[in-house]
Amino acid sequence: MIQKTARDFARKDLAPVAVETNESGRFPAEIYRKLGDLGFMGITLPEEYGGVHLGSFCLVLALEEIAAVCASTAVTMSVHNSLTNWVILTYGSEELRARYLPRLASAEILGAYAITESEAGSDVAAMRTSAVRKGDEYILNGTKIFISTGDKAGAIIVFARTDPKERTRGISAFVVEPGFKGFSIGKVEKKMGLKASTTVELVFEDCRVPAGNILATEGMGMRIALAGLDGGRIGIAAQSVGIAQAAFDEAMRFARERKQFSTRIIDFQGTRWKIADMATAIEAARLLIYRAAKLRDAGEPYTKEAAMAKLFASQTANRAVYDSLQIHGGVGYTSEFLVERLYRDARVTELYEGTSEIQRLVIARQALDEFERTVPD
Amino acid sequence: MKIIALLKRVPDTEAKILINPEGTGIKEDGIKFVINPYDEYAVEEALRLKEKTGGDGKVTVVCMGPEESTELIRTALAMGADDAVHVCDAALAKPDAFVSAAVLAKVAKDEGFDIIFCGKQAIDDDMAQVHSIMAEMLDVPQVNVAVAFEIAADRARATIRRRIEGGDERVETSLPAVISCEKGLNEPRYASLPGIMKAKKKEIRRKTLADLGFPGVPGEARSRITRWFPLPKSGGVKMVQADEPRDAAKELVRLLREEAKVI
Repeated sequence: MIQKTARDFARKDLAPVAVETNESGRFPAEIYRKLGDLGFMGITLPEEYGGVHLGSFCLVLALEEIAAVCASTAVTMSVHNSLTNWVILTYGSEELRARYLPRLASAEILGAYAITESEAGSDVAAMRTSAVRKGDEYILNGTKIFISTGDKAGAIIVFARTDPKERTRGISAFVVEPGFKGFSIGKVEKKMGLKASTTVELVFEDCRVPAGNILATEGMGMRIALAGLDGGRIGIAAQSVGIAQAAFDEAMRFARERKQFSTRIIDFQGTRWKIADMATAIEAARLLIYRAAKLRDAGEPYTKEAAMAKLFASQTANRAVYDSLQIHGGVGYTSEFLVERLYRDARVTELYEGTSEIQRLVIARQALDEFERTVPD
Repeated sequence: MKIIALLKRVPDTEAKILINPEGTGIKEDGIKFVINPYDEYAVEEALRLKEKTGGDGKVTVVCMGPEESTELIRTALAMGADDAVHVCDAALAKPDAFVSAAVLAKVAKDEGFDIIFCGKQAIDDDMAQVHSIMAEMLDVPQVNVAVAFEIAADRARATIRRRIEGGDERVETSLPAVISCEKGLNEPRYASLPGIMKAKKKEIRRKTLADLGFPGVPGEARSRITRWFPLPKSGGVKMVQADEPRDAAKELVRLLREEAKVI
């Protein structure tokens, strides 16, 4: 039923808006308000904070349906739910939770998550943005880049260095509002895809953050960042499968209509092999995602499974849009056909919330740990 | 106000319907079933009326249909209906309109009602009879094909706009009444996630014919579907070939006049 609501909303309400916003680059604030009304912006939050108290499993089902229609909407929704909401719920003081979560759940405000800096991409611990305690405030200085929803968010999780001497243990996490003095939006990126979502630079110039807006305690930032990303990766994996499914459906639609050499191209064996590979990979990706989500909901460790799901699903998406476009032929290269947008949107799934290379590092590290713990020499 | 919304489980409008080889029904495997789309307008209008008339209102969904209807009833509850009655009895596998109306009328009488909303027809068999027979059995007025509904301040009357050929007509009726709903009446809401969670705790009262006090199928079916036929395959497309557009047009006109006989 949750899936059906997400699907109906995506197809009826979101689809027409998605065509317009992906063309114009407009950020559809009204869509998030509607998603908020339907409960999709606080899926995993407890009811006392205006949420629905459902698990990640329901979140990924919904994300997949939304992503199949608009990947931009899905990434905004994923960051909001899996990163901002979850981090505030898990690491925020009761005061922070009460202040931000109900407004996040209703989508009165949107969430963002700011880790990346120009010199700190995959190497998160290299971040330089500083936070210095002064009385009952922290003073933040630095610049974050590539922040999804950064210019539209009302609550941004910002990671900054509170101790210059420590590397990973010197980082802390804060909830920053755009109204805080010293906060400003820098460059707005022009991206290859995801044109209906925004990606911006955030500039902190003596930005004053109340000391109470710290998450957990000083030095916990790196742990929070990585824990958040584990969940975020399941979300991006779901987004990837949504894109892949849409690419598959478009390929099917096209190949059943299109005739060459007096034959529907779906009846060529070459097409059928592509269809079979796509269908199999999509199904496998979905199962990896469901498993990671179920582990997370059961409170079990899921770092490895989340990375596997993200790696495999994002690769599946990129393979699927490639094959789907190939089945379309030349017309798939024009913006008349949805596959053109899917092709551009898919690319980033192998880059953000950890590149495919980083996912492999995570998986290998986990696998090695497991091996050393369980297999006797 | 006590508001009843009728709901029927029907094959998805997008489903490809195939008749079974015996001609006794459709092939159900692989087919998705949904709430009859016109009944969705009925549920929505019932919810809007409750919201408008204040806290004492109650929306009860009434459905007659197989076991599998439960999921669709839950969807209506998730949209915001308060509770539901589900008449589910093996003896009701193939009711005609008269039987359906008799059963639904009994439920309505037992529950009590100020107004009954229902779809103008079910999109499976397109009979569009049940609501009229039911209204007759309940001895209340009926207004069909509503595209707008407004309740009077005293809640004893309502004004309905009906879609008719070339225009609308406005009808005033006393209540209780049966109103059948047409597309355009409203835009049905989605089942929100909080709604879905709440619906889990709402009551669906299952009833058999015996529970309703019927010793057997009420009144016996008066009509019976004897056989189902697939539609004859369309004659295919004839492409007009000619070197010059002028000749193609001439040939097309000839075909339209002499073969298709449409001009």
